[in-house]
Amino acid sequence: MTTRTTGIPPAPAGERRTWLRDHSELGVCVLLSVLGALVLTDALTMDVDITQRGPVGPKTVPVVVGAGLLVIAALLAVDVLRGGRGEAEGGEDVDLSEPADWRTVLLLTGVFLGSAVLIEPAGFPVAGALLFWGAAFALGSRRTDRDPLIAAVLSLTTYVVFNNLLGVPLPGGPLMGVL
Amino acid sequence: MDTLNSLMDGFGTALTPVNLLWAALGVLLGTAIGVLPGIGPAMAVALLLPVTYGLEPVGAFIMFAGIYYGAMFGGSTTSILLNTPGESAAVVAAMEGNPMAKSGRGAQALAAAAIGHFAGGLIGTVLLVALAPTVADLAVDIGAPDYFAIMVLAFIAVTSVLGSSRIRGLASLLIGLTLGLVGLDQMTGQQRLTFGSLQLADGIDVVIVAVGLFAIGEALWVAAHLRRRPGAPIPVGRPWLGRDDVRRTWKSWLRGPLIGFPFGAIPAGGAEIPTFLSYATEKRLSKHPDDWGKGAIEGVAGPESAASASAAGTLVSMLTLGLPTTAVAAVMLAAFQQYGIQPGPLLFEREPDLVWGLIASLFVGMVLLLALNLPLAPVWAKLLRIPRPYLYAGILFFAAVGAYAVGGETVDLVILLIIGLIGFGMRRYGLPVLPAVIGVILGPNAEQQLRRALQISDGSVTGLVDTPFAVTVYAVTALLLVWPLLRKLATRGRRTG
Repeated sequence: MTTRTTGIPPAPAGERRTWLRDHSELGVCVLLSVLGALVLTDALTMDVDITQRGPVGPKTVPVVVGAGLLVIAALLAVDVLRGGRGEAEGGEDVDLSEPADWRTVLLLTGVFLGSAVLIEPAGFPVAGALLFWGAAFALGSRRTDRDPLIAAVLSLTTYVVFNNLLGVPLPGGPLMGVL
Repeated sequence: MDTLNSLMDGFGTALTPVNLLWAALGVLLGTAIGVLPGIGPAMAVALLLPVTYGLEPVGAFIMFAGIYYGAMFGGSTTSILLNTPGESAAVVAAMEGNPMAKSGRGAQALAAAAIGHFAGGLIGTVLLVALAPTVADLAVDIGAPDYFAIMVLAFIAVTSVLGSSRIRGLASLLIGLTLGLVGLDQMTGQQRLTFGSLQLADGIDVVIVAVGLFAIGEALWVAAHLRRRPGAPIPVGRPWLGRDDVRRTWKSWLRGPLIGFPFGAIPAGGAEIPTFLSYATEKRLSKHPDDWGKGAIEGVAGPESAASASAAGTLVSMLTLGLPTTAVAAVMLAAFQQYGIQPGPLLFEREPDLVWGLIASLFVGMVLLLALNLPLAPVWAKLLRIPRPYLYAGILFFAAVGAYAVGGETVDLVILLIIGLIGFGMRRYGLPVLPAVIGVILGPNAEQQLRRALQISDGSVTGLVDTPFAVTVYAVTALLLVWPLLRKLATRGRRTG
């Protein structure tokens, strides 16, 4: 292989940035090797059980998986440097011709985390409604007359179905205490 | 005769009012999910896993099977009317179906697809009834080494047959296996990857992993690349077929299942390969070669029939061996685990009500689906107009409900989001999701069988290969591994020779 195989080539900053963007998949290799190291360390620092029978104990599989992760990370890095690219997944509503819209993803993540924090103090009906409305808003829906109504009805219905019909308890929160 | 009696008992189970209701709900949900863009049957079953906490198993599996079959019916509607297939298995339906719709023959395309699904599902399910008990009988005394061999086969098949890159498939599998390791070791109670956290000591619930990878990952991925103007579906009337169309398609409907069923039963990616094979076969056999690419009705009928039959084939491997060959089967396997039921050869002996009720409900579901889809297709097509923000907000909402219902813990929602972000990254960099899910679901079980097998043989590795069954399975696995190499050698040999 005569393609670039080592590190970042000596090039102006702009070119270096595009090189990094083209090879962002190397980040996956880094994550995989970190995960592999983590699994290996955890397995090797495990207290050895004396009563173990046979050659395969609680350590064996984690060691194999951890080592496998390291090997795969290396193989993937070689593949990426040789020009291999993972194909981004298509779909009915997916338009890959435009760059990723990170703002929406961040907003959705934030809305999701916010609702997760609210679910215990505020109760599921409130947190769930906020999750739906917030997510719809992040995805570009601006119907302030219709969106909150749909969110509230969906959340309350789900609460009643799960809590009262299926017997899966969800926190009602102060609102359900009042009702 | 024994099988027929069991099937009759199954109909007794499936035709009780409550179970009929679950079947109807399943096929309705399934069709809606198939029509809706962005939701596949695997995500739908994953989102519905929490109902297993409140529902008895027979009803839940009747509903899940209805969703699986229903989504096959609904999926072709999207392909034909919108030309943007959501799943690889539906690509073929768009190739001839969409040109038909554009030239005003959408009603015929929908009818050919719906009847094709009915024929394929019916033939496939009859084959399931005929074959499954035999397979279960043959496999009934398989032990730990054999189970381990089957799981190794599943791991290798899912990483090397599917997708374009084996390295990426393996990376995904290892991520899944890692997630499956978290928690207490099942045999010694040793803590693994818990980092001293009590919450992690219970392990990460399969529901959370499945919902995170399929639902949250998908919703975030679509959100990052949301098509600003969704395509407008082609308006269509009630599906019907003229006599000429029937003359052209009836053989295709019957040929499809012969291709679809065997491919569904082996770990080769479900409906994707058989639909393409059926398409190629129909094209070669067609008496109207000029129509192809412009809307040949056989090109809709054959592949759709193959797709439904492959779903029946999938159920054979899942019920008799516990081997999931598609994403839906993997999630259904997770549901079995939620109930503490181990699918496998003994399932037919231990849970006859469940198995035969489920199989009988497939016949019921198929009739319901045909009745629902032929007259109501224009109504279903209206679902394509749902505003996308509501659709994906709804997916996030139900994903959160499902994960929270697992244990009522906020931390589960955070884990769900993290796994969702992993799923997002996997979609971005072409790591297939299915190997990870199979790894989480089968990984812990495979480890247990491995250790059990080695305990029986007192530590000797030969204990893993001392049954003919295990040796056969390993041979198949080895063949899968070297297959690309052999093919490369063969083409090279031909080129030089």
